[in-house]
Amino acid sequence: MSTQQAPLALEAEGICKKFGTLVANDEVNLKVEKGQIHALLGENGAGKSTLVNILFGLYKADQGEVRISGEKVEMNSPHDAINNKIGMVHQHFQLVPVLSVTENIVLGDEPTSKGGALDFEKAAAEVSELGKRYGLEVDPRAIVEDLPIGYQQRVEILRSLYRQADVLILDEPTAVLTPQETDHLLDVLRGLAAEGVSIIFITHKLREVLAIADQVTVMRQGKVVGSTDPKETNEEGLAEMMVGRSVVLRVAKSEATPGDTILSIKDLNVLDDRSQPALRDFSLDVQKGEIFGIAGVEGNGQRELVEAITGLRSAVSGSILMNGKEMSGSTAREISEEGISHIPENREKHGLVGPHSVADNLVLNRYFHSPFASRGIRQTTAINDEASHLVEKFDVRTASIHNPARTLSGGNKQKVIAARELSHDSELLLAAQPTRGIDVGSIEFIHQQLVNQRDSGVAVLLVSAELDEILSLSDRIGVIYQGQLVAIAPTEEFTRTQIGRLMTSGSD
Amino acid sequence: MKILRSALVPIIAVVLALLVGALLIQLSGSSPREAYAALFEGSYMGWENFGTTLEKATPLIMGGLAVAFAFKGGLFNIGGQGQLLFGALIAGAAGYGFSGLPWIIHMPVALLLGAAAGAAWGAIPGVLKATRGAHEVITTIMLNFVAANMAEWLCTKVWRKPGDILVRTPLIEESAEIPTFGNLPLGFLIAVAFAFAMWYLLQKTTFGFEVRSVGLNPNAASYAGISTKRIVILTMTISGFLAGIGGSIETLGVVGRYEPGFNAGLGFDGITIALLARTNPIAVIPAAVLIASMDASASLMQFKAGVAPEITDVIEALILLFVATPIIVRWFFKNKQGEEVSFGANWGSS
Amino acid sequence: MNSLLQRIIRLRWWILTFLGIIAFTIFAGDFRLDPTTAIFAATLRHSTPLVLGALCGMLCERSGVINIGIEGQMLMSAFVGFSVTSTTSSLYLGVAAGLACGMLMGAALGGLTVSLQGDQIIAGTVLNIAALGLTSFLYTPGETIHSKTPRIDIGPLADIPVIGTIFFSNQPLTYFSLLLVGIIWYALFKTTWGLRTRAIGEHPSAAETVGVSVAKMRYLNLIIGGGIAGLAGAYLSLEAVGSFERNMTNGKGFVALAVMIFGRWNPVGAWGAALLFGYTNAIQTQFQFRGWLTGHPQFIGMIPFIVTIVVLAGFVGKARAPAAIGQPYTRE
Repeated sequence: MSTQQAPLALEAEGICKKFGTLVANDEVNLKVEKGQIHALLGENGAGKSTLVNILFGLYKADQGEVRISGEKVEMNSPHDAINNKIGMVHQHFQLVPVLSVTENIVLGDEPTSKGGALDFEKAAAEVSELGKRYGLEVDPRAIVEDLPIGYQQRVEILRSLYRQADVLILDEPTAVLTPQETDHLLDVLRGLAAEGVSIIFITHKLREVLAIADQVTVMRQGKVVGSTDPKETNEEGLAEMMVGRSVVLRVAKSEATPGDTILSIKDLNVLDDRSQPALRDFSLDVQKGEIFGIAGVEGNGQRELVEAITGLRSAVSGSILMNGKEMSGSTAREISEEGISHIPENREKHGLVGPHSVADNLVLNRYFHSPFASRGIRQTTAINDEASHLVEKFDVRTASIHNPARTLSGGNKQKVIAARELSHDSELLLAAQPTRGIDVGSIEFIHQQLVNQRDSGVAVLLVSAELDEILSLSDRIGVIYQGQLVAIAPTEEFTRTQIGRLMTSGSD
Repeated sequence: MKILRSALVPIIAVVLALLVGALLIQLSGSSPREAYAALFEGSYMGWENFGTTLEKATPLIMGGLAVAFAFKGGLFNIGGQGQLLFGALIAGAAGYGFSGLPWIIHMPVALLLGAAAGAAWGAIPGVLKATRGAHEVITTIMLNFVAANMAEWLCTKVWRKPGDILVRTPLIEESAEIPTFGNLPLGFLIAVAFAFAMWYLLQKTTFGFEVRSVGLNPNAASYAGISTKRIVILTMTISGFLAGIGGSIETLGVVGRYEPGFNAGLGFDGITIALLARTNPIAVIPAAVLIASMDASASLMQFKAGVAPEITDVIEALILLFVATPIIVRWFFKNKQGEEVSFGANWGSS
Repeated sequence: MNSLLQRIIRLRWWILTFLGIIAFTIFAGDFRLDPTTAIFAATLRHSTPLVLGALCGMLCERSGVINIGIEGQMLMSAFVGFSVTSTTSSLYLGVAAGLACGMLMGAALGGLTVSLQGDQIIAGTVLNIAALGLTSFLYTPGETIHSKTPRIDIGPLADIPVIGTIFFSNQPLTYFSLLLVGIIWYALFKTTWGLRTRAIGEHPSAAETVGVSVAKMRYLNLIIGGGIAGLAGAYLSLEAVGSFERNMTNGKGFVALAVMIFGRWNPVGAWGAALLFGYTNAIQTQFQFRGWLTGHPQFIGMIPFIVTIVVLAGFVGKARAPAAIGQPYTRE
């Protein structure tokens, strides 16, 4: 636990930060004691990442002070933060994929031999040693992009430990881990805390806060709404602090009434970008009126599966039948016209054309159909009418349908994509990470939309790294591991631990 | 109001460039006031001068349209020079090669054949980019050199009039000429018509929507079912077509034959104009007239103020510099609904 | 021995091409020793500006900045070097001036792309256009320099037949470019500077978050790279030709980019590619001597450009550029 008399390992006082008109941090205070595991809880957009980026020197606060062990520090760059023994494990790993584990860890602080040459052997030995000491063993010579995600995270953590961090910040570290890997990580963190390292742990997962934190600070809309010992509260209490109202933690849904099989994938083999097999003899049937959830650690073929079904990636062999019709080999447009909708996992890259207006984005999948176009000429009145209608129906917050889509918040962008895909007469909906990085209100909304689709007879294929989402929405679950479906059953028949093991190793 | 706001950056860029240009003129020993007075006189005083300016503006409009259209599709077409050259050459060949045709047929046919040549020359880098990922900046520049060599060969070996010492095509038939009405060249009107047509194509048609979508976010465009390969090829082809028209008009309306060495640097002018116009096809017209006026008066500036004619090249380079400098752009375009130009993002990707 | 054999088998197509080129050259040289040697010596000389240009492009792109302004840097430096030499009668000063000019332009590119976060392609194009305009404006025909840089024979090595003439009887910048290939290779792959450079080209924020300043390193690389391009320009006017003419680079800066891509952003690979392209230039002269394609000199002139396109179309799709190039990097 914490000692009350010693100076705080890290203290932030009165931190303010604005981006244009957006207030990201408003008089934020944070007190972290030495050897304490301090959770920073809040939903997406609450300002947690901004705060820790300030602590790490990536952003400069407009106002406020940061003190390390009682002394004020100025942080203008990560270099300063590192000198102050602050380390950060980022949500999106800051690793150079083509370099080795050792090179990534020692970058910037390299042991050298004469002539400025990198002393690789010495560095590799140090890395090995470090890994063993903290329970984070990795092969120092492995190339990072070849490592599974759990191991990449070890490298990311070792980067900070190599520089003897006294304060370790972790930004949503468990987002990409299986339950087993999460447990291992929490053990590692407990070990570090026992050695006196102070840990700041950002998360939006209530369960983890209760499991590991000594103290939790809750943020909402840029402000700190409270700081407490998790033992004195529960999941509902934390959720309410986080969102400001009572939150429905599980979406209400009735029993599913599945119909005929509408999508039938048989023995599908697909290669990834590096020409390695991503899907091996993959087979799956999805029925109308059900939500089929695919659980799996990222990088086991989910992305390639979605791309193969939507026509963005060609298969080496196997078939994809939609209503009995062979789809493999068709173009993306043909597949979309056949009745498949798709909410892509990367909304910025694949879902929206940012500079185009909200209206244009809302008809991005149908702009060539009448009434939106007639003989190649666009019909703006029809487009605007449809856009206004959809914006209202899906509660998209935007000043005007003519504003560029990139001005919308994450949640609203996702709603635009959902509005577009759900208004397209489809029989199959593919939703990939549909609620990643958006606010709780939008998450509730989209979950409800998915259930509505299911109830109206649409087949929904849900791919998500959030196990809770899969468990709460799916009627049936399939676990994908190294390109194959290793388990498939109705949701009730699975336990969390079981799924976790299947995700990690392919068997339970 | 919106138009005025968009015009602010290019206007500032031109003013800054003229100021720096004035400094350079001063340093080289001449009087900027005399030089700029000659500039104005040579381009705009008198119908004949103005007509010459418009005539010079015509290939610049087409060159600017070619580059601007490619920009919209996310492509950087530096091959306007070669595409225009082929257009001029083939139009010249078609102009003298057919005889006995009525003007109403001969002229458009020659014009379109030239345009087709430009289109083909633009299609090559388009196909290479779409199928092999070869970056169009390099391929189009290389093709410029190839075009220059090939045109010279064709003029020397195939289309030279027997007995003609100079390397060029024979004079075109009268039935292929693009006339001038008084001082107003028909070619200019054709160019203006194309500018409006391109604006309509981009803003009002589904094809234009596809081109713009691919230019802004090729990933999202493919997710939306747009075939990016097809759009890339079509965009470069149309871009080449536009440049080809520019060259054809120059041959059929101004020079009367194809002579190598004409229009050197027109390709780069096209880039300056397209950026000045913020890739808006209609804005290409005033931008082209501006640059043309400098070219039209270059010799008058030399005659009256003793300034080397290349000063206009320098001023144009400065305009390009100031237009492209993003800090100015960002400052003025905080909330603009619109499309920032960015090509670097597609380098090295196929 | 076994792994050497494996290596040879893996590289068999390259080796065959190499042998084929040698055979063709001997044929083109009319089976005589002197012309054949001359072609190879010319190949080395013609490849010098290309390898220098490619090394410049490589330093920039490896750190994440596209530099298509190499053409402009070479042209401007050629002019500046020439002008300084013609005024001061010192070749040393001329080369130094060319070097400085290239470095300045590299810094300018840095200003446009790193500090102002401008689009890198536009910035490079601006450099090219500005260079063309300024050099045409400032050049007065008729200026001359007294001589090109002298040929330096490296003692007894230069007397070795064929090899000696090709490798050990060259002008200073040519020697330097060979040295530079080795230096850059070592620096890029063995030193901490090289590691950091490669890191910021692949994943700049990874480097920034361990305290490496992406901006500073990019500036550094752009300036050093610019200097190298400056040497390429100085080579053209002071070592190869001995005078300046309008647009004398004539596309070499872009061919250098193709060389860099063909060489897969690796100094040794770039050197090999530069030799190949240098060869296309060298063989052009021989075509004329042998009277091949007489009456059609334009086709000979096209060769380097068509080869560039073919190489690009054939290879760039398969070669992997540093992942982060083309995007301005910003912390916030």
